Amino acid sequence: MNPWPYVVTALAVATIFLARKLRDPWARVLLPLSTGVLFVCLWQFMSDWKNYDVTMPDGSSRHVVILPTPWDTVLSMRQPVMDGKLLQYIVATLNRVAIGFGIAVVLGVPIGLWAGWYSRGFQAINPLIQALRPISPIAWIPLAVLWFGVKDASAIFLIALSSFFPVVTGTMAAVRTIPVVYVRSAQNFGLEGLELFRRVVLPACLPQIITSLRMALGIAWMVIVAAEMIAVDGGLGYLIMDSRNASNYERVLGAMIVIGLIGVVLDFLMRQLERSDEVRWGFPNLRAPEKLERVRRVSVKSTH
Amino acid sequence: MELKQPSSARPAPNTTERTITEQKIVVRGVNKSFVRKEGDLRVLEAVDLSIDKGEFVCLLGPSGCGKSTLLNIICGFDQPTSGAVEIDGQPVLGPDSRRVFVFQEYGIFPWASVWDNIALGLRDRSSEEQHRIIDHYIELVGLKGFAKTYPAELSGGMKQRVAVARALAVSPDVIFMDEPLGALDSLTRLQMRGELLRIWQQEKMTILFVTHDVDEALQLADRVVVMSARPGRITEIVPVELAHPRDVGGAEYGRLKNHLYGLLGVSHSV
Repeated sequence: MNPWPYVVTALAVATIFLARKLRDPWARVLLPLSTGVLFVCLWQFMSDWKNYDVTMPDGSSRHVVILPTPWDTVLSMRQPVMDGKLLQYIVATLNRVAIGFGIAVVLGVPIGLWAGWYSRGFQAINPLIQALRPISPIAWIPLAVLWFGVKDASAIFLIALSSFFPVVTGTMAAVRTIPVVYVRSAQNFGLEGLELFRRVVLPACLPQIITSLRMALGIAWMVIVAAEMIAVDGGLGYLIMDSRNASNYERVLGAMIVIGLIGVVLDFLMRQLERSDEVRWGFPNLRAPEKLERVRRVSVKSTH
Repeated sequence: MELKQPSSARPAPNTTERTITEQKIVVRGVNKSFVRKEGDLRVLEAVDLSIDKGEFVCLLGPSGCGKSTLLNIICGFDQPTSGAVEIDGQPVLGPDSRRVFVFQEYGIFPWASVWDNIALGLRDRSSEEQHRIIDHYIELVGLKGFAKTYPAELSGGMKQRVAVARALAVSPDVIFMDEPLGALDSLTRLQMRGELLRIWQQEKMTILFVTHDVDEALQLADRVVVMSARPGRITEIVPVELAHPRDVGGAEYGRLKNHLYGLLGVSHSV
């Protein structure tokens, strides 16, 4: 039996308990690291626990793995990393997401601004949007293939479609909840038309629009596997489907992990948008969780 | 020192004795009701008021008496159900940058720096002129050194100073203030009242100021317009003929205070 998962698990648990006492730069790095390690260890236990030999009808024996081990997963990615296929797939997927998400933003933000500002516009299109929104992008695959063929355009269409709704709904909600004082102040100083939009409506909505873009990009990234199930050649979703067809479950897991890691990077990049002076006011809780923690830690002593 | 000395011969309001030229704002028979499912809500009833050029008038009344609604109508943000408002003899059709509204919630833009906020009404001016005016008013309201600061980093009092500076920067004839000091702590409020008076004496604009604070009205106003609870009517217009700075412990001040509390239907002595 393999002793290392037990040792590492013990180390990770110990670190989690110790890290609570550590100062922040250490705790901030060590805590997520040890939960990650713990997760990998659990994964290892699961792999060790469920795999067995099946005797085939012809008398031969076959080893069935229900869950590939972490190490086998890493090894399976060796080849795509070395021959450059993985990089090529990542670029292909990022490219599709960029175009699809771009289309969603270019259409969604103006439509959202318009429908948020004019209540007749909102009344006209909101029910339609709310009806289309819950339809899974997977349901659109047959039509996407019919319209755009088994090509990049189909995948881009699905990504654009699924990220369009959060963008348009978020932008509409942002415009509709602009405090009246901002608009009145602007009107008082003679702002109207496009200038009112540029100098007041858009900046007032920007924090909420950024939040909806962040959500939309998350959804776009989630949809890639479904979008690339259409037999496009290349892409991380394609890598998953292709590995599955080859019964290479190690590589399925490997591609999943790559998708997750790139998702973290994309979200991190989107969060940087929240930090500029023009929108920071809209994210008052950027550093609040730590503050709340300090508040919670205060113990109330009764005086008797 | 220049002090506003209201003449003791000031005619009673709403009379036609005064000459047309010194009247800045005239409110004639304004009624306002809001249509509701449970029946119309009458907010203002037969409001007649005339305000002189350069006068500091406070609208005083209990919460919900329609004083803010009246201010919004006079400023042009809202229309009366019937009646009319004229400023300088012209009917008010909408908001105008010659008459600036200062909100209780400040209304300054959190996405813009102090400098950019004050520049809002100066978009047509040349860059040198903008600099001159903005620097002047930043200093006047005591925010020197905060030009590049964003509102999130300012205290409530400082935010309200930005709103006042933004209003003053366009050299308005009239400033409307809807409980502008209501969100501030009592010390800052006192201090801001003093600064407001100083600025008013310096710039000589007409100020219409909504408050529910009897002391605030008495410390600031040339005349206090007392309004009744819904539907809002003008109960009485009380001239405050005391020179600034006012002695809040004086006999006349005390008499006026008792009188105002009486008009509002509450006993001053607790």
